[in-house]
Amino acid sequence: MKKINFPITDEQLASLRCGDRVLASGYLYTARDAAHKRMYDLLQQGKELPIDVKGQTIYYVGAAPAKPGYVIGPCGPTSSYRMDKYAPSLLDLGLKVMVGKGARNDEVIASMVRNKAVYLIAVGGAAALIANSIKKVDLVCYEDLGTEAIYRYEVEDMPLIVAIDPEGNNIYVR
Amino acid sequence: MSIREIPAERITEAVKDLFMDCNYYIGDDILGALKAARENEDSQLAKDVLTQIIDNDAIAAKERIPMCQDTGMAVLFVEYGDRVTVGGDGFRAAVEEGVRRAYTEGYLRKSVVDDPVFDRVNTKDNTPPVIHTEIVPGDAIRITAGGKGFGSENMSSVKMLTPSAGVEGVKKFVLDAVAYAGPNPCPPIVVGVGIGGTFEKAAELAKKATFRPIASRHADERYAALEEELLSQINKMNIGPAGLGGKTTALGVNIETYPTHIAGMPVAVNICCHACRHKSVTI
Repeated sequence: MKKINFPITDEQLASLRCGDRVLASGYLYTARDAAHKRMYDLLQQGKELPIDVKGQTIYYVGAAPAKPGYVIGPCGPTSSYRMDKYAPSLLDLGLKVMVGKGARNDEVIASMVRNKAVYLIAVGGAAALIANSIKKVDLVCYEDLGTEAIYRYEVEDMPLIVAIDPEGNNIYVR
Repeated sequence: MSIREIPAERITEAVKDLFMDCNYYIGDDILGALKAARENEDSQLAKDVLTQIIDNDAIAAKERIPMCQDTGMAVLFVEYGDRVTVGGDGFRAAVEEGVRRAYTEGYLRKSVVDDPVFDRVNTKDNTPPVIHTEIVPGDAIRITAGGKGFGSENMSSVKMLTPSAGVEGVKKFVLDAVAYAGPNPCPPIVVGVGIGGTFEKAAELAKKATFRPIASRHADERYAALEEELLSQINKMNIGPAGLGGKTTALGVNIETYPTHIAGMPVAVNICCHACRHKSVTI
């Protein structure tokens, strides 16, 4: 299995092919519906984002609370299509990796190809298992959104699959 | 006729246990079906996805943590005996307190917002639940409770078919709904189908169907055969575990029916992910 790092290098990104299985280490940001809406609204108003997404990874997740003694609660991927409205704007700002589950629309895929980005998936509902690969969690912003706030996760050997590669090859199209 | 009074605390603690347990412990029917599906798959990727799910469910049970981060909106089907009264502030308050305790004390995710369109502010304790109540004869309360994740809930639909559509119309609507859902509802899924009643009754039946054990069959053999046929058709779609292809798109199809109007044949499809969580208790 291929090992990759976040933030991802151009070489690693170019080497990823639809269907590849990877173990990812490094750090990523989390954002789901509410945080995406806020970021999108800021961009619509011509304002700056609270995080610099250039070269970065965003994981679509809203974790469950951590039990005492745990770094994080279960934290599997949420359905990515709900972020389709917002994703092209972030890709145009240099976002390189999206992590979620399920299909993306044509607009997102076209934007990925144009911006040389990749879409990785985790197994939906394997949340307790995925939590084992999260080593550290820091709140970044939008604390009032609770589970939907933006966090920074340090991950180690997070099991992922390349669903749509930078050339637009799509694992869901068979 | 005597009336039985049940202390509110008893209802609250029972509801708390149902929601904590259903989020930590997957049902034996689902786990058995996942293991059988892994044996049955040809593709290594499909087998590996199922292994991740089976391992995940084992971790959740061992550590008493939720199997999925989406611990759902709380849904309860209640058979409320007509000779029962609940003390304290009554049944609804007792149930809400049980949900509150489960989601706070049990480290479950709070996923409910107060207003659907404008405010969307998290209620911070996962209340209110959705409670379906049926008044039945007797002095007991039976509660079936489940946390319903919205990855699959969002893939559900209702259609007002008319009588001329017949069984073929029902099949087409169910298969189209599953095809449209594709990889999004975390397959392998459980498909609940509600047929008959009115617009809202069909939807309620479809949800109730997902709370039935997947090996159980409709009492009417014609619907039982339809359950089997739909399952077989769905598993030929090659959506597969996590939507990555394979022979296991659904673990089960359950149909619930109700009499309906001479002009109608409402059909609802409620899709549930592989984390199909529900537990029951009689008090």
